[in-house]
Amino acid sequence: MNPELLAALTVFLLAILCGFAVISKVPATLHTPLMSGANSIHGIVLVGSMLIAASATDLLSQVLSLVAVAFATMNVVGGYVVTDRMLQMFRKKPTAPKAVADAPAPAGKGGA
Amino acid sequence: MDGIEVLVRIAWLLGAASFVIGLMRMNSPATARNGNLLSAGGMAVAIGGTAVLLAVNGTVSATGWIIIAVGIAVGGGLGLYTARTVKMTAMPQLVSLFNAVGGGAAALIAIDDYLRLAGEGAAISLQVSIPTVLDIVIGSITFTGSLIASGKLMGVISGKPIILPGGRLITLAIVLLAAAASIYLWTGVVSVPVMFLVLAAALVFGVTMVLPIGGADMPVVISLLNSFTGTAVAMAGFVIGNDVLIIAGALVGASGAILTKLMADAMNRSVLNIMLGGFGGGEGTVGAVSGAGGSVRELGMDDAAIQLAYASSVIVVPGYGLAVAQAQHAVRELAELLESRGVDVKYAIHPVAGRMPGHMNVLLAEANVPYPQLKEMEEINPEFDRCDVALVIGANDVTNPAARKPGSPVSGMPILDVDHAKSIIVIKRSMGRGYAGIDNELYVNPKTGMLFADAKAGLAELVSAVKAL
Repeated sequence: MNPELLAALTVFLLAILCGFAVISKVPATLHTPLMSGANSIHGIVLVGSMLIAASATDLLSQVLSLVAVAFATMNVVGGYVVTDRMLQMFRKKPTAPKAVADAPAPAGKGGA
Repeated sequence: MDGIEVLVRIAWLLGAASFVIGLMRMNSPATARNGNLLSAGGMAVAIGGTAVLLAVNGTVSATGWIIIAVGIAVGGGLGLYTARTVKMTAMPQLVSLFNAVGGGAAALIAIDDYLRLAGEGAAISLQVSIPTVLDIVIGSITFTGSLIASGKLMGVISGKPIILPGGRLITLAIVLLAAAASIYLWTGVVSVPVMFLVLAAALVFGVTMVLPIGGADMPVVISLLNSFTGTAVAMAGFVIGNDVLIIAGALVGASGAILTKLMADAMNRSVLNIMLGGFGGGEGTVGAVSGAGGSVRELGMDDAAIQLAYASSVIVVPGYGLAVAQAQHAVRELAELLESRGVDVKYAIHPVAGRMPGHMNVLLAEANVPYPQLKEMEEINPEFDRCDVALVIGANDVTNPAARKPGSPVSGMPILDVDHAKSIIVIKRSMGRGYAGIDNELYVNPKTGMLFADAKAGLAELVSAVKAL
């Protein structure tokens, strides 16, 4: 096993552990934006697609890399934009929650 | 390694770091948007750095630049347009579609690399052939699987589980074929036709894997496929020797796996159980609640309005029916009207209400429902005992008391204790069944009144009926 592969495997394993650690803390209500956010992150495949497009010489390779670049860009751009749209809604602070003056004896109930 | 390459590698590293920090900031609603923007910024730096690297190297032909520019313009345009215009109810299928193309791109990288190596006639070492084959297999499964999942959510493909005759055998045969072909490639043989065989088998497997799974389970499937794409991208990173692909891919692969498990837990089902499919709409699932044949009490609009207006507390239980009818704004209007009359209104959000966990929160937030009124299941369930009216809008399986008893397809699924409320109003188009394909005994409960209407139209009528009081 050469040093480069070993280094790549090290990075791979640590990134997996990092992924586990980061996600276990996210509250359920944010799961959908989170899935969408993670979905846009794997759009990084665009970097790889650009690299193969740059070295494509024959027609087949050029077609494959064109499709790869288009697919990956769609993943990146669409993913981030749709995630932002979702999160924008959470940020919106509408009128302060109304004081429910004559609510029935809900003492002790979870308020916020 | 010259100066520019060092700089570009640092740019990639910055990108990778921003993905991790971005995901961490998505932990809380307050920092989530900021986290996503940070992640997007890191992505822009990584992509920009790649373009700089290619420009400085000067080895890229004009054709190469045209391919990159056209690809980015077409893909970016499509992505931007669809993401901007999609209705929030249709958002899950769009996420699935973006996932499909991401997996497809990862698979294409490996296919291209394999063709190039095979063209050079060189021997392919195990350290290249293993990630290459894995990338092709996982990326292709994700591609077709996500397209099918998206099609099911869009309604292009039936949401019901589609069981092909002998489907399990076909799937098994495909798996064996793909495995045998992969192992053959790992023995050191360089064969383009065998590589295409692996590709074809994986593409077909993606279809046969998702077809038998019911529409209600699609969120879990999409999440699992999202995790697959991450893994495929990491494999693509091994294929072309690029760390940022490995880091980002592994990060998504791991996070997607955790998320998938959390979603499956919310439905009290195992991921394996879901993937084996056949849930919902199947035969023989009705027997368990056949006792639910009691009489249904239909409620008039005015009666419902009186119940709601003179209640002191109302819990709204929104379901997918509300989302498809685009009734988020109508329900908010009704809730505000009731609140102005002094009624305490809360929303009970089941973890899988809507199409994905958290989807209902997004839909209601879009309609300006104050965030503090949205209550999660554990928090709201004890409150049903003290609540005067539970207003169920287009929710079915998540309210079915049959889940508390064994022997039904929904058994063990955590449900909202709607039947504990003093009275129950259900707005529903018909007595049709939910995704689990079983009757809901809540509807024949003597405390329940049924309002047969489209969620949006029904709510609008309720609003005017309450106003008229």
